[in-house]
Amino acid sequence: MTSIADPISGTQLADAKDASGAVAAAPAITMPATSERELRLDLFRGLALWLIFIDHLPTNILTWLTIRNYGFSDATEIFIFISGYTAAFVYGRAMLQAGFVVATARILRRVWQIYVAHVFLFTIFLAEISYVATRFENPLYTEEMGIMDFLKQPDVTIVQALLLRFRPVNMDVLPLYIVLMLFLPLILWLMKWRTDVTLALSAGLYVLTWHFDLYLSAYPNGVWAFNPFAWQLLFVFGAWCALGGARRMSRILASPITLWICIAYLFAAFLVTLSWYLPQLGHIVPRRIEQWMYPINKTDLDALRFAHFLALAAITVRVLPRDWPGLKSPWLRPLILCGQHSLEIFCLGVFLAFAGHFILAEVSGSAGMHFLVSVTGIVIMCAMAWVISWYKHSADKGAARYKSPGGNADLAGGAV
Amino acid sequence: MKSGLWTVLGLTLLAGSLSAAPARAGDPEQICDVPANLLSTESSLSKVAEAVRSGQPLNVLVVGSRSSTIPSFEASAYPAKLQAALKESLPSTTVNLSVEAQSAKTAEDMAAGFVKLVEAKRHTLVVWQTGTVDAIRSIDPDDFRNALDAGITALQQAGTNVVLVNLQYSPRTESMISGSPYLDNMRVSAQEHDVPLFDRFAIMHHWNDAGDFDLFSSAHGVELAKRVHACLGRALSKFVIDAAHLGPAQQN
Repeated sequence: MTSIADPISGTQLADAKDASGAVAAAPAITMPATSERELRLDLFRGLALWLIFIDHLPTNILTWLTIRNYGFSDATEIFIFISGYTAAFVYGRAMLQAGFVVATARILRRVWQIYVAHVFLFTIFLAEISYVATRFENPLYTEEMGIMDFLKQPDVTIVQALLLRFRPVNMDVLPLYIVLMLFLPLILWLMKWRTDVTLALSAGLYVLTWHFDLYLSAYPNGVWAFNPFAWQLLFVFGAWCALGGARRMSRILASPITLWICIAYLFAAFLVTLSWYLPQLGHIVPRRIEQWMYPINKTDLDALRFAHFLALAAITVRVLPRDWPGLKSPWLRPLILCGQHSLEIFCLGVFLAFAGHFILAEVSGSAGMHFLVSVTGIVIMCAMAWVISWYKHSADKGAARYKSPGGNADLAGGAV
Repeated sequence: MKSGLWTVLGLTLLAGSLSAAPARAGDPEQICDVPANLLSTESSLSKVAEAVRSGQPLNVLVVGSRSSTIPSFEASAYPAKLQAALKESLPSTTVNLSVEAQSAKTAEDMAAGFVKLVEAKRHTLVVWQTGTVDAIRSIDPDDFRNALDAGITALQQAGTNVVLVNLQYSPRTESMISGSPYLDNMRVSAQEHDVPLFDRFAIMHHWNDAGDFDLFSSAHGVELAKRVHACLGRALSKFVIDAAHLGPAQQN
């Protein structure tokens, strides 16, 4: 059986549960005793980080390797799902072993780290945009230069940025992540009580979001590009899978019917996506379906996108068993390393995308340069991941601590 | 989304470069071919065709924001070039063209004024360029979509044909302005209302990739803007004539 459930099929920490004062009736969550890493999670989170980086660069030859060109969902879904999975895995264990207060404290520290990372990226963005505003003068683009107007009132803009309401392009994922992590203590506490009920509540919130059009407003206009009320579904679903849901789903995942439904759906999504790029193929999508389907809303995590991610995930866990020897191969090592330090590598990726734009604008915008910038960026990300990993295991004062199998953040990729 | 376009485009270009019809007329020094698939549309401009066939004057109104002009060089901006190219292609038709440039106006702002604008004069065709201001201000894409729908409906009810013109490709500000939701909504809205969409973004992107223009560069003066607008005007003229299904017979 090859399912994402395998990693958590260890013995249940029943003692820990009782100690933490959980309801005595049927244990709602089960935690793994095994300390072995789930390398598939690291692998795909690393992949998501690479894809997010490439998608943030101007389009180039590598862009068409990214999954958003072949279906509805993209790397963001992978990132948020795996983040929910690993966060629940790490902090769920902390909650069972050390209690609600300690786990909450640890989660809040993590939230603070992400917030600082976000502010750091915003500073870099400000530097870039200020530079462009003072240097760039092209009559063709006088209108586009209107984007610099916010520099005229930094007092408002910077405060709004600190409140997470003003987010420049490509800086939407971390604020979403901050909000989701803020609610993680509540999610875990509910899951400790009843995992399935928590997932149902989450789905309920998703439905209410669509029904009542709930959103968070942004500055100066509009709404959060990733609506936390909707995207929480993917995060909670990840947590649910980590805390036993995946194992209970394993029979469904192993069924050939599921497989064929997934393949059919992915193929249909591929055809629809193809029709966006080749208008000649427009007629393959019936008009009625078109009217029902569009627009496919990324802000509110359209059900079509969610389903597309589910189909991809279901096929992936089937094709790629947990003990697939390739996971140990040195060729996949860079991806896995990136996935293991995802917060750092994500921030680095956003920074490198800024820097890449800058180089393309200042030096050369040729296709060869595009390719070079993309590949160099990925190499830098891998090198950085390797350095961070070296620090954790060899250079840091507490390095020895990380070698112990006790559930710490590192076990599940720094809990990002 | 737009990214995949380029890759697929690259492939189709390989196959289609022989058959791609150049959108070029005069001005031999500037090469700015547009691949045929970027100028093809399934929607048609029946009022334009009617006017040309019956010898009526062709009254065109261009409504747009600042990217429909070149500050202090209006005669070199794409609307003027469109008029010149239409006249050249339709020598027996009178082509009147007026420009309503509304800088810093969102689609919603513009759509609100359409009824009045179209009432004043009988237009055959309204070219509506929008999206950039909305993208800069990150207007809610749903609101943008509603504004598009309202605007197009108002124009169609007034009995004019409509052509939508989307955002410019602006590599320098790509990391600061998120255009894709607005590009997507314009495409969907055009499809729904059966209105031809002149894909300015894709065309300029193609020119940049093909090396016709270096749109990344910050060093150019007004010359680059003039050359780009001249090419846009010609391409738009060809697009309009094709969408009106005006064969060579009507053009003479």
